[in-house]
Amino acid sequence: MTWVNAVIQGVLQGGIYALIACGLSLAFGVMRVVNLAHGDLAVCGAYLALVLSTGLGVPVWYVLPLVLPAAFVVGMGLQVLLLRRALRGGEFATVLVTFGLSVMIENLLLVGATANDRVFNTGAIGVASLHIGSQITLPWLFVAAFLTACGVLSGLQLVLSRTSWGRKVRAIADDIDTARLVGVRVGPLFATVAGIAVATAALAGVFIGAIGNFNPLTGTTMLIFAFEAVVIGGLGSLWGTLVGGIALGVTQVVVGEINQAYAVLAVHLLFLLVLAIRPAGLFPSGQQARVAQVLG
Amino acid sequence: MTALLEISGLDVYYGDFQALFGVGLRVAQGQALALVGANGAGKTTLLRTIAGAISPARGTIRYDGEDITTAAAHRRIRRGIALVPEGRRLFPSLTVEENILVGAAAAASAAWPLERIYEIFPLIARRRRHRASQLSGGEQQAVAIGRALAAAPSLLLLDEISLGLAPKVVGELYRTLSSLRESGATLVIVEQDLRRALSACDTVVCLLEGRVALAAAASVGRDEVVAAYFGNGQEKPA
Amino acid sequence: MAPPELEPVRVRRWSLAASATAGSAAVVLAVLAAVPYFIGGPAEQPLIIAFTFIAMATLWNLLAGFSGLTSFGQNAYIGAGAYGLYLVASHGVNPFADIAAAAVISGLVALPVSALLLRLSGGYFAVASLVVAAVFQIAVTLAPSVGGTTGVSVPGLGGYDPVLREALTYWAAMIVAVVCVVGVFLLVRAGFGMDTRAVASDPVAAASLGVRVGRIRLLAYLAAALGTGAVGALIALQTMFIEPTSVFSIQYSVEMLFMVLVGGMGTIEGPIIGALILFALQQTLSQNGAWYLVLVGGVAVAATLTVPRGLWGFVSDRWGWSLFPVGYQVRDRREEA
Repeated sequence: MTWVNAVIQGVLQGGIYALIACGLSLAFGVMRVVNLAHGDLAVCGAYLALVLSTGLGVPVWYVLPLVLPAAFVVGMGLQVLLLRRALRGGEFATVLVTFGLSVMIENLLLVGATANDRVFNTGAIGVASLHIGSQITLPWLFVAAFLTACGVLSGLQLVLSRTSWGRKVRAIADDIDTARLVGVRVGPLFATVAGIAVATAALAGVFIGAIGNFNPLTGTTMLIFAFEAVVIGGLGSLWGTLVGGIALGVTQVVVGEINQAYAVLAVHLLFLLVLAIRPAGLFPSGQQARVAQVLG
Repeated sequence: MTALLEISGLDVYYGDFQALFGVGLRVAQGQALALVGANGAGKTTLLRTIAGAISPARGTIRYDGEDITTAAAHRRIRRGIALVPEGRRLFPSLTVEENILVGAAAAASAAWPLERIYEIFPLIARRRRHRASQLSGGEQQAVAIGRALAAAPSLLLLDEISLGLAPKVVGELYRTLSSLRESGATLVIVEQDLRRALSACDTVVCLLEGRVALAAAASVGRDEVVAAYFGNGQEKPA
Repeated sequence: MAPPELEPVRVRRWSLAASATAGSAAVVLAVLAAVPYFIGGPAEQPLIIAFTFIAMATLWNLLAGFSGLTSFGQNAYIGAGAYGLYLVASHGVNPFADIAAAAVISGLVALPVSALLLRLSGGYFAVASLVVAAVFQIAVTLAPSVGGTTGVSVPGLGGYDPVLREALTYWAAMIVAVVCVVGVFLLVRAGFGMDTRAVASDPVAAASLGVRVGRIRLLAYLAAALGTGAVGALIALQTMFIEPTSVFSIQYSVEMLFMVLVGGMGTIEGPIIGALILFALQQTLSQNGAWYLVLVGGVAVAATLTVPRGLWGFVSDRWGWSLFPVGYQVRDRREEA
């Protein structure tokens, strides 16, 4: 693979990281919650897709219309049944609860699905490649993933800026007390935000599983990558998250070309570097209060 | 005159600290009530309790004949109570228009249209696409009032709208409040500036350390209010 | 109006219960120290595990319960301590004496990490701590000098008679546990505790009151790294073999979470109780196994939601018990008449 090819592929892969990161970013911006089970929920989405796609005997893409709504409902349910209660205990309690949840999910998956790596039936698109010129060969899977990610991010951005729901969500992210005071119903909004977070995570989980493989423990890595993308890109900015994801993807693929064993380490080191030099990320939003809160 | 808002025996706590002791007041439909008192007397606490941000430990709040003591904030907005909070508390990353629209959302179909708000505050209409954080103090106050008005309230609660603003700007705001009153709105105004408060309102309630120290018609005169303000009557306020 | 008369009060920092605890603890420790002489191997192994649990729980409580630092990456320092032991031992130093050195190495490693990590708080700090643990683990697997993915055996142990080796490991574990508990107790009592609890609940308010928030978090983080490193060294001595996936296992973090949440955050007694409960759980169920972790995770979640201050916290809130008093008791003089 040439360098240009590697970089482009890294960019495309970064789109998927942005996809899994956007739910985390949205949830934190609105609810001030870092759901440590986020990555594991993405993996659950992948397993659900696997079960459905194997059971129905179709490529995994066909079952997305089933998986995504289910994930949305799970997200809402999780928020209403568990996280709302945890939130009353403060951010501290929520971190502990979501970590415990993460442990439970991973180990239940281990029991139910064993530790074996799984792959998807990705159908025709899984093996097709896009050829640009003589140097560049991009698997269609990566292109589709990137385009989907951009589509989802654009859609989210549009909904946030143009709809009444979006205005209320942004109002809550700015000042939850005043939002309540002017009559915004925070509970239902939290539930829908949580639903979106899990649905986007599940979609990302399916793509991640499709371009490689997955097992019950993949969730932790996904959480870490999502988190790193958010921090590198800057809190409070959806497009910043895309840039963050791309930074991760490019680093991983390019370093992987040199030595695969160092790829993931390089990504983590990039994150630590950004944390050291520019903790507010590459595109910090004007929300200094939120940044300050996260940065202690 | 029927009492639109009727409060009795209100006890409000912040944790172990009691902020309001058996507070009661009545506001008739179409009236303006001035709520005065020194800092920390409990004025903001009282307004926030009426708006539904704080739950009282004891007491009742009746609005338009209905007991709303335990009703959630969004239900109170629907019923017609809107608060312009102390310090304006606009949503900084939202534009002027978006701020107002969020205020309107709670009232659903009964909400005032944007145009009506811009008619009342023509100066902010020009800044409708600007972020709230980019506005001057006076403009922000106008937006805050506009946001509350968008919910089509019958009772408007205003908390210290003159804070940090030039007298001319404050004058404009009060002229607007005046015309709102003429259209039949009922107001409860927390105001540090006693002169303005008394001239703009029909009745005055003075709080002292969480208790009602005076409840009278505004015509009762400044000196009596000052006496109630400090309990013993020492320094004079503005 | 004249000011009200001030009633005479006395402020106490110690209590009868505390003295009783100190006394009985001394007795218990003496008995435990004698175990290798009277019972030997079969009792030592589980007790070593219990000691490591007590140490880990107490240290994690220092971080999370007293300083508001929810670190799920403490397993990084278990590994750091284990490999630190290996490095020092492979230069010929007696492995048992190395525990202190391994702790120091762990603490030194924590210094640059803290410079990065302590910029964050809350959930972001938690995830970042996971990143750090991942980095440690990957770095080790890429370094052939410490055995890469296959691992290394602890040098210098071969020369010991097995019975002696086990006994020495046992006493070392006991000492580490006692040092951790006493150390955290003294740290928390010495004003540090009041401040850390303020920091944990509201760093901004605490900072505005002059509490040196940054310094407290740093101190807590380094102390925890030191202690956890010692525990890691102990674990290495007990298993005699150091392998990345087991020594950096996130299971340690899960167990720390469980012990502190169930036993009680923000108290000295709580983690000890939590450690004993986990120990009992682990001895009756199988130690490794997905179901074990599901249960541990699930109980931790339930504990957070129902008894947020843990079992001991619940008890001490209700009845005011305190065996290791770290606060101040104000007593009305008249009560003592």
